[in-house]
Amino acid sequence: MIRTEEMLLNVGPQHPSTHGVFRLVVKIDGEIITEATPVIGYLHRGTEKLAENLQYTQIIPYTDRMDYLSAMTNNYVICHAVETMMGIQVPERADFLRVMAMELGRIASHLVAWGTYILDLGATSPFIYAFRDREMIINMLNELSGARLTFNYMRVGGVKWDAPEGWVDGVKEFIPYMREQIKGYHDLVSGNEIFLDRVKGVGVYSKEDAISYSLSGPNLRSTGVKWDLRKDEPYSIYDRFDFNVVTKETGDCLARYHVRLEEIEESLKILEQACEQFPAEGEILAKVPKIIKAPKGEAYVRIEAPRGEIGCYISSDGKKEPYRLKFRRPSFYNLQILPKLLIGENIANLVAILGAVDIVLGEVDG
Amino acid sequence: MSGEKDLDQLKREAAEKAKAAALAKRQAKAAGESQGAPKQEDKPSEQALNQDEKPAQTAQPAGTPAEDGADLAKKKAAAAAKAKAAALAKKKREGILEDEAPAPVEAAEETPVAAETSDGDDLAKKKAAAVAKAKAAAAAKRKAMELAAGTTPAEETPAPEAPAEVEASDDGDDLAKKKAAAVAKAKAAAAAKRKAMELAGGEAPAEDTAGATDETSAKAAAAAKAKAAAAAKAKAAAAAKAKAAGTGDADTAAAGDDEKAKAKAAAVAKAKAAAAAKAKAAGAAKGGDVSPGDTADQPSPNQPFLEKYRKVIEENLGSDVLEDSYINKLSKDVPTLVAKKDTYFKVAQFLKYNELLGFDYLSELHGTDFVTHMEVYVHLFSYKNRQSVALKVKIDRDEPTIESLQPIWAGANWPECEAYDLLGIKFTGHPNLHRILLGEDWVGHPLRKDYEPYDVEV
Amino acid sequence: MVEELLHSSPGIANFGIFFLLGAVLLLIVLGFVTYGILAERKVMGYMQLRHGPNRVGGKWGLLQTVADVLKLLLKEDIIPKAADKPLFILAPVVAFAPSFMVLATIPFTDKFQFADIGVGLLYYIAVSGLTVFGMVLGGWASNNKYALLGGMRAAAQMISYEIPLVMSVLGIILLTGSLNLNDIVEQQENVWFILLQPVAFVVFFIASIAELNRTPFDLPEAENELVAGYHVEYSGFRWAFFMLAEYVYLFAMSALITVIFLGGWLPLFDFLSFIPGAVWFSVKFSAVVFVYIWLRSTLPRFRVDRLMEFGWKVLFPVALANIFLTALIKTLFF
Repeated sequence: MIRTEEMLLNVGPQHPSTHGVFRLVVKIDGEIITEATPVIGYLHRGTEKLAENLQYTQIIPYTDRMDYLSAMTNNYVICHAVETMMGIQVPERADFLRVMAMELGRIASHLVAWGTYILDLGATSPFIYAFRDREMIINMLNELSGARLTFNYMRVGGVKWDAPEGWVDGVKEFIPYMREQIKGYHDLVSGNEIFLDRVKGVGVYSKEDAISYSLSGPNLRSTGVKWDLRKDEPYSIYDRFDFNVVTKETGDCLARYHVRLEEIEESLKILEQACEQFPAEGEILAKVPKIIKAPKGEAYVRIEAPRGEIGCYISSDGKKEPYRLKFRRPSFYNLQILPKLLIGENIANLVAILGAVDIVLGEVDG
Repeated sequence: MSGEKDLDQLKREAAEKAKAAALAKRQAKAAGESQGAPKQEDKPSEQALNQDEKPAQTAQPAGTPAEDGADLAKKKAAAAAKAKAAALAKKKREGILEDEAPAPVEAAEETPVAAETSDGDDLAKKKAAAVAKAKAAAAAKRKAMELAAGTTPAEETPAPEAPAEVEASDDGDDLAKKKAAAVAKAKAAAAAKRKAMELAGGEAPAEDTAGATDETSAKAAAAAKAKAAAAAKAKAAAAAKAKAAGTGDADTAAAGDDEKAKAKAAAVAKAKAAAAAKAKAAGAAKGGDVSPGDTADQPSPNQPFLEKYRKVIEENLGSDVLEDSYINKLSKDVPTLVAKKDTYFKVAQFLKYNELLGFDYLSELHGTDFVTHMEVYVHLFSYKNRQSVALKVKIDRDEPTIESLQPIWAGANWPECEAYDLLGIKFTGHPNLHRILLGEDWVGHPLRKDYEPYDVEV
Repeated sequence: MVEELLHSSPGIANFGIFFLLGAVLLLIVLGFVTYGILAERKVMGYMQLRHGPNRVGGKWGLLQTVADVLKLLLKEDIIPKAADKPLFILAPVVAFAPSFMVLATIPFTDKFQFADIGVGLLYYIAVSGLTVFGMVLGGWASNNKYALLGGMRAAAQMISYEIPLVMSVLGIILLTGSLNLNDIVEQQENVWFILLQPVAFVVFFIASIAELNRTPFDLPEAENELVAGYHVEYSGFRWAFFMLAEYVYLFAMSALITVIFLGGWLPLFDFLSFIPGAVWFSVKFSAVVFVYIWLRSTLPRFRVDRLMEFGWKVLFPVALANIFLTALIKTLFF
């Protein structure tokens, strides 16, 4: 009689495929997972606690560090929350700059998601291609904000810097280039048998599960829920643009992969229209008081970040610091379904599933 | 310095008056707001230009000594700080005016300095007028929004606002009038455009707008024309949008010499969807100064939803399950329900499983330490009805315990762990309540207001 | 020369000569490994729109690998406390030794070969199968779960893919009637076996990638899943030995493919026979290595269960069918 026992395997906190300091304690029988327990918090910096002693403008750099792959949307959500509370109308040009920055950020973020996902599956080159194209976006955002990753670009009432001369033209030129690249991505990876073998029908969850587990963004849309806050609860000037909400029905890793790639194309559409409509001149910052004080009360706003719905709750007692600030961090919510998905899968699928959820640990841990 | 005190008093009063006026105007319909506008346009538009200069001219030579002005300014600052209502009103005014029509705001800011020509009373009045105008405009806009949403039939609302505005402007001096006019102008243009949009979008029945237009025309010829034109064209074709914008532009330009207004109108005319942005501004303005309590009865686009939720809950769970319910104007008009501690779970369950409500998605859950009590805030969303609701519950701070929502929404699992970790709220019935971020060996709950960090900062 | 030595009676001088020749071959192999790694990095670099090594040793990075190896030599030798020490030390040796042993039978040219044994092909396959012991030992001795999983995967994978590997060359053995690699090369005078046995070539090539543990079959290492698989606990020169074994196998396998499918040292056309056989061999050999590198930078990794399925359900039957077909054709037409 052979004695067998389950093995406890510690995946992370330092592991090539956890995309950061994320630990997953899995019980495995051979290579089949019988139980998975995520352990998070390694990157918890207490943003919300720190924010209680910071003025609103001072909080913005902290948001850069949550989802550091799409810092623009994080910048936006806090500004948007404060603006909503104070009833500030953002100048048109600033709105355009914001939207363009956010959409560029979304493309950059999805590119990283794409590249690292394929890397997780063992192919090295797509990662580099994705980073090459992301680099162009990063350069554009750098021109705009002066930073490559932690932009700290938006302010309550507008943006900090106006677009440098020729910036919009640069974005315009980037759009057709990126469209070509996407085609190349599909040629390289999307039809690859080995790739399809690894993602098709892997990590499937139903629409009901996705909703019940509070998933959002591509993770939700991959199950066929047509919901995009940009479209359905338009904020900023998203109602001026014509774009589609990408959905897939299967709810597996492949669907999530395709949703992300196609969302890049939709973002390009938005960018294209934004470039056309970009106002030649105008203010970039609304007239806001020097010291921003949100009125007494509370507000919760949510917007569509690349990873899902990022929300910001502010409870203000009328002072210049928030009484309580809370971010709804999409990765944190999206990760909850992971233990459920992993049971019965093997280690290789663990990587495929985790990669398809596309988490950023800075965001998971707040 | 009794004058100073008087001034405060007056300001407060003025603000209150303005609020009252705004309340009255809230009943006004969308068309209404453009009525007052052209009326004043006629009068002050000619004066607008020279009046722009006038304050500047009068400020130094004509007025009482400059220090007086400075005093006034100081007084004003003090007053603003002291009188909350006034501050709120002002903020609102700033919020609206700055965004909508920069020129009037500048004028308004000059007011304290310029106004030493007249006495404090006048100043107060002027302010009151300005505030009133701002509010009126905001209200009118809101109305416009509602109309656009098709929630309020156009016929049912009288238009008492124009007189109010006229009266207010009578009270004030030319400056105030000018301001009012400028604001009204901008608003009128916006409204006209929005109307056109609406029509084109087919959201509001054409008749409604037509009726509204009739009413309007009696009082405001210019705006009415613009609107009628817009309406007609909208009926004819979708291209009306652009044209209506054009009309609005022309209207504004013709009526006012105000450079800024023109620039604004032009900018607006450029983008076809600028009206939507305006509507948003109205929404924002709505949220401008509203603290939840005092505006519970203000009509908002989401008011019917709140009524519905309240009704359904009361019918099924009894009338005493909710502690409070209101529209949170600050938070994009989200209907907010405050459950009692012992009914929280029941209400949550009901919100999810009731067919009329069907809030199947938990967007956010967190706790807050309000020192007097703890609060759990849950933001729910229904994919079926595409509606949001915020559910709150107040719990005892010393013994923060509440039922877990995890059995209802699986997505509440980690957020509840987070609330437990950072605030020490215990969720009963949670399958695995643990310190998710800080680890089990952490001492204290950092987001509690009495938390003392282990290593105090130097 | 080698031929004479092989047939002369044993003696001290004889041994000395063989030892020296062996050392020379080792140096050649090490030279290949050095520049094979560099080539891999350069080729992958250019495929991935970057430059690869370009600092150490001029702009081509010619001394990069040398520097890397030096670094590995100088690194502290770490043996985990809980590891099985003797096995831990033994494993890299067990893994490397067979990789070098298999080179003995490969005819690089008609003159340069170390052991012209009758069952050269069988010898190669049998000895190369030993390396898996090194990997399993290493994985086991490390006392690390990832290493254990990697070792298990290595064992499963290499045993599974050895079978299609052998089966696919059976067709060639049927055609040539010999297991001697020299005979196999000479049989390709007119037409290479890649044309006569294309199915066998494809099966053999795929199986050989699996044997080499290279992408897309690099599951025993599987950086993204098992961190580094069976050699996760190894560092310094012990780790270098595993890497060395891997690249020597790359060398050996490329050489074997050149020999049995691409006509070894034979020229492409007869009128090109003025070019020496060694050049022909190295050209074909380099082409094979290039394809390996190319695949590595293109394909994602298989999943472990699909890998097994693919091996047993696709490659194995195809190889069997190939044998059957070859035998049928041979009996009917020749």
